[in-house]
This record gives sequence, structure tokens and C-alpha cells, in this order.
Amino acid sequence: MTEWDTSKPILEIENLSISFFTRLREIPAVMDFSCSVMPGEAMGLVGESGCGKSTVALAVMRDLGRNGRITAGSIRFKGRDLTHMTEDDLRHIRGKEIAMIYQEPMASLNPAMRVGDQLAEVPMIHRGLSHADAMAQARQIISDVRLPDPDRILRAYPHQLSGGQQQRIVIAMALMAKPALLILDEPTTALDVTVEAGIVDLVKDLGRKYGTSMLFISHNLGLILDVCNRLCVMYSGEAVETGTVTEVFDRMRHPYTQALFRSIPLPGADKNARPLIAIPGNFPLPHERPRGCNFGPRCDYFEAGRCDAATVPMDLVPGSSRHETRCLRWRDIDWAAPPKAGRVTEKLAPGRLVLKLEDLKKYYSVSSGAFGGGAEKVVKANESLSFEARENETLAIVGESGCGKSTFAKVLMGLETATDGQIMLFDENVQDTPIQARNTDTVSKLQMVFQNPFDTLNPSMTVGRQIIRALEIFQKGTSDADRVERMLTLMDMVKLPRAFADRMPRQLSGGQKQRVGIARAFAGGAKIVVADEPVSALDVSVQAAVTDLLMDIQRENHTTLLFISHDLSIVRYLSDRVMVMYLGHVVEMGTTDQVFSPPYHPYTEALLSAVPIADTRVKKRRIVLEGDIPSAMNPPPGCPFQTRCRWKTEVPGDLCDTDLPPVKVMAGGHQIKCHLSDDILNGMEPVISMAADEARG
Amino acid sequence: MLFFILRRSGVMVLTALALTFVVFFMTNLTPNLEKLAKSEASVRMSDDQVASWLDSHGFTRPLLARYGEWLGVVPGWTHTDASGRVTGRCIGPDRAADAAPARCGVLQGEWGQSSVFKRPVSEILARSLGHTGWLMLWVMLVMVPTALLIGVLSGMREGTATDRILSTFAIATTATPEYVSGVILIVVFGSATAGISPILAEWGWISGRTLFQGTATSAMTKITFWNFGLPVITIALYGIGYIARMTRASMTEVMTQQYIRTARLKGVSFAQIIVKHALRNALIAPFTVIMLQFPWLLNGVVIVETLFNYKGFGWTLVQAAGNNDIQLLLACSVVAVLVVLVTQLISDIGYVFLNPRIRLS
Amino acid sequence: MDPLTWPLILAKMAVQFVPVWIALGLTFALSWHYRRRLGLYGQLYDSSVGRLGFAIVMFWVFTALFADLIVTHDPLAQLSGMKNALPGAPVKGSEGTWYLLGGDNLARDVFSRMVMGARRVLIIAPAATVIAFMVGITLGLPAGYFGGKLDTALSFIANLVLAFPVILLFYLLVTPEIRVTGIPTALAAVLFLFPVIFVAVLLNSRYFTNPPRRNLYVGASLALGLWAYSGLAFNMDPTGLWSMDPNLLNVFVSVVFVNAPTVFRIVRGIVLDLKSRDYVAAGQTRGEGPWYIMLWEILPNARGPLIVDFCLRIGYTTILLGTLGFFGLGVSPESADWGSTIDDGRRLLAIYPHPAVVPALALMSLVLGLNLLADGLREESMRD
Repeated sequence: MTEWDTSKPILEIENLSISFFTRLREIPAVMDFSCSVMPGEAMGLVGESGCGKSTVALAVMRDLGRNGRITAGSIRFKGRDLTHMTEDDLRHIRGKEIAMIYQEPMASLNPAMRVGDQLAEVPMIHRGLSHADAMAQARQIISDVRLPDPDRILRAYPHQLSGGQQQRIVIAMALMAKPALLILDEPTTALDVTVEAGIVDLVKDLGRKYGTSMLFISHNLGLILDVCNRLCVMYSGEAVETGTVTEVFDRMRHPYTQALFRSIPLPGADKNARPLIAIPGNFPLPHERPRGCNFGPRCDYFEAGRCDAATVPMDLVPGSSRHETRCLRWRDIDWAAPPKAGRVTEKLAPGRLVLKLEDLKKYYSVSSGAFGGGAEKVVKANESLSFEARENETLAIVGESGCGKSTFAKVLMGLETATDGQIMLFDENVQDTPIQARNTDTVSKLQMVFQNPFDTLNPSMTVGRQIIRALEIFQKGTSDADRVERMLTLMDMVKLPRAFADRMPRQLSGGQKQRVGIARAFAGGAKIVVADEPVSALDVSVQAAVTDLLMDIQRENHTTLLFISHDLSIVRYLSDRVMVMYLGHVVEMGTTDQVFSPPYHPYTEALLSAVPIADTRVKKRRIVLEGDIPSAMNPPPGCPFQTRCRWKTEVPGDLCDTDLPPVKVMAGGHQIKCHLSDDILNGMEPVISMAADEARG
Repeated sequence: MLFFILRRSGVMVLTALALTFVVFFMTNLTPNLEKLAKSEASVRMSDDQVASWLDSHGFTRPLLARYGEWLGVVPGWTHTDASGRVTGRCIGPDRAADAAPARCGVLQGEWGQSSVFKRPVSEILARSLGHTGWLMLWVMLVMVPTALLIGVLSGMREGTATDRILSTFAIATTATPEYVSGVILIVVFGSATAGISPILAEWGWISGRTLFQGTATSAMTKITFWNFGLPVITIALYGIGYIARMTRASMTEVMTQQYIRTARLKGVSFAQIIVKHALRNALIAPFTVIMLQFPWLLNGVVIVETLFNYKGFGWTLVQAAGNNDIQLLLACSVVAVLVVLVTQLISDIGYVFLNPRIRLS
Repeated sequence: MDPLTWPLILAKMAVQFVPVWIALGLTFALSWHYRRRLGLYGQLYDSSVGRLGFAIVMFWVFTALFADLIVTHDPLAQLSGMKNALPGAPVKGSEGTWYLLGGDNLARDVFSRMVMGARRVLIIAPAATVIAFMVGITLGLPAGYFGGKLDTALSFIANLVLAFPVILLFYLLVTPEIRVTGIPTALAAVLFLFPVIFVAVLLNSRYFTNPPRRNLYVGASLALGLWAYSGLAFNMDPTGLWSMDPNLLNVFVSVVFVNAPTVFRIVRGIVLDLKSRDYVAAGQTRGEGPWYIMLWEILPNARGPLIVDFCLRIGYTTILLGTLGFFGLGVSPESADWGSTIDDGRRLLAIYPHPAVVPALALMSLVLGLNLLADGLREESMRD
């Protein structure tokens, strides 16, 4: 290996262009991309889906598949150009000097090979170690990634581990050869927030410990702030702004970066006083990029004749450390100006009671065992849920996977019937009424917006037809023509062009599909809408638009919104009251302010701490939960949270292990299900605090 | 696991009972029985005579009772004629009426007498199964490795020239049923007037008139490459295409999986990726296909044995069915159904063992 | 008159097929021109495998269509002196005509029989496959969607049929004796009912919100369906428009019976996959009935794999029909269908190969075409 000077960048990408070639055309995925990573530095690549960030990572690994090709530029790793390296030489770099971790941990591991063998393979290939030595090293590294019982894990198959454990194994595998550069492509997107926090901590610590440089790819600005020193914002195949994290976060010099920050719900945003500002328009398709600045058509500062004249080069911002922006007008823009005041709206007072749940229980019996034999087991998906919701109100239901929030939605909708308890919908008891037995009026008043935009519409029916079908079923409209008219009005309501009625769902973007889903839910004049993570699969800039649309419709129709989410930022932004669930139990419930400030339930506290916030002023106390969420099939005895609770020692005796905590009602009707004494609860410190709230400069 | 096998075996027995009952019912339909009576006794019997013959041979008892007799759970019929002579299901020339057991059916190991061959069914079946066993063995030895090799080679680099050529070959063979490929192979390699044999004979390269023999009759006494080659290849060809395509599909799918990328980005060489990471995962699906291939090879066996005049199980089945030989046909169907069910069971268990995701969950 | 040489035979055959060439040319030219507006069918033209497969299939479809124009002799006529005539042999006593592909052992023209055989095969195989699909879909949808005991029972029956060796089943079902017992009619009565039920339920679930329109559509389809049903299953159509030769019915029913369980399993599998989709849940939460969800929300989205399997299954059915013919269980002894012709020809295979080889190659090319077409469709439908 050639000698390499550690004061020089470990990875230098210069003017990289990558295209994918299909039968019809060449699709440029990345254009003129440059960045460099210094030794020990963590570089973030951030952008919305389709911006080319993952393509850059794969190009560094030279793994673009058969259709992808590097068309220009160079990628130099320790001074050697990777773009012209042979497969054979690449093999000595892959895994040994550059390692990569990506999104789906389960898919990244070979399902038919024991974890130990997969780990040991790396040193056996690159350092020629014997199997025994390699296994010893694997055992060592498993304890490095803080996994318990390394011997058991070495012998396990990937499916026997939980998602968080699998991702730790993937990280361990990447670190086996002590690489100089680690590429992480959305490493935590598939994981729950509290598990994500643990992984992020681990990555940071290990990076420090081994002095590994990192290329960290994420759509989540908060995570980038947590992990990286520098970042590069990408838009439509180009880097638009790059610099240190503080420079870009606090003194951004590109309109896209600014728009991005204004569209995410940071602490301080409020649906009535300071609504989010969505980026207008749509992400351009790769073969329909505009001339000149790619962001031009969506930019507030767009100047015709200048921004759309020629390709825009990167421009260095003076007085900074390599802070660059791809904007022609950055010197003309007043970056300190506050955003154009959005529409300030009045908060609507909660109206009459529309939904009341009392002691709702939903149990499933499942048979366990590999071949369908074995004993019947009861899974308690929902345990004594009680709450009420009023007109105009937004009630958020927060929790991670397995907390029972989806089951609750199913029971409420009537797709399943409750095991026990009562559901009062308007003035009707519906806990035992499956949806087929409910009358059309009840059904049309209670509707749902689904999570996955790619799944929510029937792919083989036109958009208009699907809305008309809902109208037919809800017995709205007197004739076909009338229903078409109503459908078009609904399209207007969700701010979609009327021409979209004739399109097939695949011709729509994710956000547009979600709008159609909303229009369909409101076709029958819904009074209560259950929104199951309606924006979590959308890009941040689209999230803002869809969230605001939902809020607008709610305001107009006086709808009650049950907003199911795991994302506390958006919950804080839009909800009036919050209900936190864990393993089927409601552990905390109260108004948004009550839940987001002490006293907390220990789980809420950890959850708040785990959510990454993209604001440099926010100071968080770091609370990382041990282990993973227990399976709902096999919940711990006593308090469901006792296996991960950091406050457990404060409770006398083994109360947490044996007894389900009672619901404590605190000041203002704030409910917490915990054994901790009132003194301890009231003495809790806030997790999130703001540094002096000065205006952004 | 034990519970699984027990439950599967239960379903298997139920399936076997249902299927044999259907065969029993179909073979014992009135027109078939009348035909049997006429062929056994006399073609010129009157309707009354047929009826009395059927009655005296226990064919007029209720269908379920007769099925029970055949199974061996219901006592066999007896009939005392005008002269006081006792005949019955379990009474034969070598077994007197008083010494005969009450029940004699499949459970007692008695399969009855073939009406076409005039010999015990068990004897015919044993001999023909022996012949077919050899045929199947060679077919498997040729088919499985070839098919897997083709499938893996074409699937590991999708879209290359190798892939295109091998895939086309695989599609062509699945489009060629045995009675087509058999005919073509005989014409090309086993005909004295067409194909390559006349040319080879003219050049003096072969001593006989044909390169391969167009019939496999002589293989029943001694198997050689020249008399067994064509039937084996005929059956194998059809299967090769099918298994190869399954393997290819499975292999291409595995090759796009993330863990293959993980391995590649770990620096594992291509050959090692195929051998250590891809093969095991890719062969799980074809294994099931190969096992399920057995019952379906039966079709091929029947066609090929008829075409090449090889007196194995398939040939026997055709004879039994064509001549309404009830006992033999029932026995054949029991064997066929058992083959199907046992291979299904093996394929299920094997699938579980090959796939740790299911085995250890 | 001298026998024709092989180049001349090929040339003469090409001339006979002129109507097919014209039709093929037109189809391809038009489809190629409009291929961007024709959905999956248009995309097929982007794949060379798909184009080749489609060309072969359409060749045989047009051959079946124009068979009367293509044949050189009556496929059933036995001309004296033409017994086992070699390909290209001139017909004695008739100047300027030849047996292009020779004569069979009954002195009939092999070429004309091959062309007429295409017609039989291309009527029975697709029709039987359509019915098998209707049965498989109508039963597979509820089995996958509702699950539970219904699924267990239907799956057991399907596995039962699948565990039955096909040849044994044919020998039991396709015998002249069995017709006397009425079993084929009973089977037909059950199997042919499914298409009628399918269409009626399909329309009812869609239009029940609008009773007058529903009554019109469902009524019309029921009237039409039951009319055809009475004729095909029981041969009781008063107008005599719908009827089926009893022997043909026998073969037809058996082929449907063998194919339906496989379709059932495929449909059931797809439904199990698709029923967890959000658009299905959306249908449920707005109170749609189960049949609407199965037929209008799930089924259209299962069309990709079903179309592919449909092509493969027509090929498989062709093979099955050939198998029946090969064992002498064919449609009728006189019939020119390829399987029976192969069976006739194989007796003298070692001496006169051409009567068996010609239909064998024809059958092989058709099935190959269908397989290639299925491959092309699969490739293209996965591209979206």
C-alpha cells in the first residue's frame, strides 16, 4: 500500500457524475458532486428521497449495478482513484478499508448463515486469519457493540435476533477489519426511535474509539446534527450546500436548505401561530430537470433570466471553513429576514363529545411453535384503554412498534371487535359492532387515512373512480354526474388539479397519493378521522404540506383527528392532547404541554430524549434505553416498561416486577401509569431545553 | 416437529383414503363391472346372467362395504351357490372356505388378482416397480445435476449471453412434452431410415442399424447406455427445463438480495459469494420443486414406458386402465398416491431443514 | 411428375401460409405503431423474447383462423396410392398437387391435418383454460380472503386433485363407459356454473349501490350465462346454438378439472399477499362487502401473475390434450388433433417418421411460443 498523509482527506470526491442507463434514455442521478472527508471526520449527506445521496455512497463502493455508470469525475480514497480500479483491487478495499452499513439490517444478513460465520469471514478474507482466531475476534467485537451473551449470538441465525441487535451485528461486521472509512446509508430508518438512539450512540462512540471516518447518509436533519461534523445538502442530484454542521444549520446560504428547515416541525413551531411552510411544487424527475438551478421553479428568490440561464457552480462563502453554496443570489438574499408570515389561525375550542372509550381491551389468541402446534397464547394488544375525544380536537397516540396503536385503530374502525370494554361513537355503542353491521352514516362519519402512500390507493383504478366509489358507498350524490362534481370538489379541497382525476395512482407522487387518500376519507363528510402515521413515509418538505392540509380540513369540518404517530416532533406541533402507549398500555396521557414537560412517565422521558431535533439551540439530556422493546407475545410481568426503565431502583421493593402500576392523576388531569412517588415524578428535569431564544442569524 | 409430522401423516392418510375411494368408485361403476363380467365369464351373456354373475362375485354389495373389503376392515363376501359350494373374496383355489380368514384386503397385504395378467397384483407390481425404479434412478442422476447447474449458471449473472442461451434451452425443453421429444429423439437417433443413424452406418461408425435403440425392451434384462439412453433423456429433458427455470428464478432473486451486496462489499470474491452465500439460499426453492417433481415424473414415465415399450409401472398402469383391471388399477393408484404424498412430506420437512428461518422460529 | 425437393416444399408451404403472413404483418405493424398506448400488451413489443413468443402464438392463431384457406387437401380424404407417401410426393392422378409433408398410414395429407389440428387445439385449450381460471379464481379468492375452515376445506380438496396422477385421472374420466354414468355431465354442471356465478357476483358487488342498473347488468349476464350453461352442460339449449359433443365435453371437463386446483392455489397465494394492503383496509373501513374487495380491489392487482400463468397454462393444456390423444383418449378417433396424430404416427415411427414428427414439431412450437410469451410478459410486468 502506498504511504498516505493523514493530513490529507481520506476520501475526495471531485466533480462526480453518475448516470443510470435504461432502454429509453440516460438518467443522470448525480451531477458534478464534490466533497471530501478528513480522517476522523463524520460527513453527513442529507436530502430527500431521489436526490442521489445513496447513489454517491454506492459509487464510492463501486457497486452501481449493471445499469449505473460513473460518467465523469473521480473518487480518491487515500489518494488512489477508485473509479479506475479493477474488481480485484476493489476487493481488497471493500470490507477492509471501506465498509458500508445500510437500511434494512435483516436484509443485510445472510439468513442461512450463522452470525459468527458471517463476522469471521471478514478477517479470514482480508487478514488470512484462521477460523478460530477470526471467531475470537468476532466475539470481541460483539461485546464492543454492547450485545449481551456473545457466545449465544455467534451461534445464532439472524432471524433469531431483534432488529436492533441485527443492526448492531451489521455494524460489528463493518468494524471487523477496522476500516478507515465507514459509509452508513440510513442505518436507523427501519428501527424504532428508542432503539435508534442506542445505535446512534454506538456509532459515535465506535467512530471515536477506532478513529474511523464516516459518510453518514440520512434524510433526518436531527440525526445529522447528532452524528456529523460536516454535512452536504443534496437536491435533485446535486450538492447544493456544504459546510460544517453549525454553519449550515445556523447560517445557511442556500434557499433549499432554508426551505427545508422551515418545513420541519422544530420546537417552537405551532399549528396556529407559526405554521410550517411547505416547499411549493414537486421534486423534478431526473429527466425533467429545469435549466439552470434545479431548485429554481420552487424557490422564493427565483430570478428569471439569471437563475435559469446556465448551470450554477458551487460558490465559496468567505470567512468560513469550506462552506459552499450552489446559489447565484446568495449574496442578495437577506438571510436574517423572518419567513413571510403564514396564515395565523385561531385555535378552535373543543366541541361536543364524539368518542368515548371505556376500559377497552383487545386480546388475540395465537398458537405458538414452529409448526402450528404448541399452546395457545393470549396476546394483549390493548389493555384497558380509556379516553374521550371532542369535536375540533386532535388527539395524538404515540408509541413505537408493538405498542398496540394499530390494533386500537382496527377495533375503533370495526375491522375487529373489542374483547371487553365500551366504545361510544357519537351516541352509539359500537364495541361489538363489526363494520358490516354498522350503518352507512356511522361508517362514513368515522374514516381513516393510511400510512403508506404507495399502498393506500388501488393501483389499478383511476384516482377519480376511487373517490367516486367512496361517494357511492356512502350514498352521497344523486346521480353519476353529481358524484363526479362532488369528486372534483374533493380534489379541490385537497389542492390537487382536477385533471388528476383521470390518472392512475402510479402517475402520482407520494404526497399526492396521500392527498387522494385524505379526499377519499372525507368523501362522506367524516367527523372523526383516524390518521395512522399519515406523513411518516413522506419526505420532510411534503410532510409539512400534507400536515397543514389535514389541519385546514379539520378546521373547516370541525373534525376530530386521532393522529397515530411515533414522531414526537410532529405530535408536538399539531396535537392538543397526547396519549403515550407502550406494549398495549397507555402509560401517559395529558395535554401536549403536560406530556412534553415534567413530570414524565419514564418511557416518555426516554422517548423525548431519543427523538433527534434539528436545532443547534436545543439541549437534550441523553437517556439511552437498554435493550429492545419486548415482544407483545411475551410481555414482562408487572410494569410493561420495567425491563428498560432507568428509574426502577427508585421504587421500593419489587413492585415494578410484580404489580401493574396504577394510573396516577396529576395536576390538570395529567395521567401517568407508574409506581414512582409523586415527589420523584415532580422532581424530574425537562429533557429538552432551549438555549437563549435569540433570533436566527 | 413431531407434532408437525404426525399432523401431516394424518392428512396424508386421509388424502390416501379419499383418493383410493374415488378410484374404487370410478372403477366399480356399473358399466365397468358389466364389462368385467363379460370379459371374465362370457361375452355373450344376457343381462340377467351378468346380474347373477355380479351377485355371485360379491359385486352387488354396497359400495362402501366393498371398499371396506378391499381395505381389509370389513369381512370379505361369501357366496353359497345352488350346489352348496362356497366361494368368497378370501376363498381361492389354494385356500379352502373353512381355512380362509374373514378379512383379506390391503391391510392384510392381499392386493387381489389381476384380471388381465392372471397373476397376483403384488407380484406384477413388484416387478414393474423394480423396472421403473431403475429408470427413475437414472433420470434423477441425469436430470438433477444438469438442471441445477444450468439454473445456477444462468441465474448468477442475469442477462448475460450465457444466461440467454441456457434460459432459451430451458424454455425449449419445458415446451417439449415427452411424447414429442421421445418421437423426435427416436427419429434422430433411433431410426434406421431417418436422422443420423443411416449416415453413421454408411460411414461404418456403428455396427448395428441404429445408434440408439428405439425401444427399451432389452433394458428389462440388462441396462446399457444404448438401450436406456433415449428413455432416460426423454424424461429428463422435460424436467431439466422446469427445475432449471425454478433454480434460475431463485438464484436471480437471491443475487439481488441485500446480503449478497453485503458479502460483495465485505470483499468476498464472486466465486465465494456464489458458493458460500448464494447457493444455499437459492437451492431451498428448487429442492421443493425437485421433490414435487416425482409425482409429476410419473406422467413422463407412463408416456415413455409406453413409447419405448418398457414394462415398468407406467406401462402396467396403462394396461390396467385400458383393460379395466380393477384390482391392478387400484393397486397402481395406491402406489401413485403414496409416491405423491410421501414426496410432499419429504419436501415440506426438507424445506424446513434447509431454511433456518423456519426451523428455529 | 417428380417429388418436390425440400427447398421447394418449404417454398410451397410458405405460399400456402400467405394469409397468415399478411395478418401477422398487419398485427405487428399496427401494434408497433401504437405500442406506447397499449399498456402491458404494448410493452410486450419492447422485449425480444416477448415479440418472438407472440409472433409464434399469433402464427398458430391465424393458421387456425384461416385453416380453410391454407389446407391443400381435405384432411380426412384418403387418396389412393398416397399411403405413407414421403414429403413432397405428387398426388397421383391430380396434376400440380402434392402431399407437401407426405401422407400418413391412411393416405391422408399430413400438412392439411397439421393445419386443421391447430384449429382444434386452439379452440379447446384456451376455452378450457378460461373455465379453469374462473373456477380457480371464484374459489381461490374467498379461500385466501376469509381463511379459516373454508380455506382448509377448499385447500384439502385442491390438494386431493393435485395428488391424483393426471394420467390415472384421465383414464378414469375419459372412457366411453363413464359417459353412461353421467359423471362428466355432473362435473360439467358444477364447473360450468362458476363462470356464471363469477360474472354475476362481479357485477352485483360493483353496482349494488344503484339497483336499477344492477338489475339490468346482472339480469342480462345471468340470462346469457344460463342459456349457454344449459346448452354446454346439459345439451338442453332450445335454440341449439350452444352444444358440445359428449366426447368433447368429457375431455374438456377433465382438462378443466385438472387445471383448476393449480389456479386456485396461485390465486389464494396472491390474495394472502394482497389482503394486507392498505387499499384493502380502506375498502373495509368504508364498509365494502367482501366480494367487492376480492373482485374489484384485489383481483385487478393480481392480473400480472395471472396473465403470465394463463399463457403458460394454455401451453400446459395443449400438452395435456396431446397426452390424451397420445393415449387414444382424444376428442374423436377421426380428429386431426396433434396428440392423436402423433399417436397414430408413432407405430411406424422407425420407418416413416414424418406423420408423427410434423404434429410433434407443431405442438412443440406452439407451446414454446406460449412459454416465451409468458416470459416476455413476466419480464415486462415486473419492470413497472
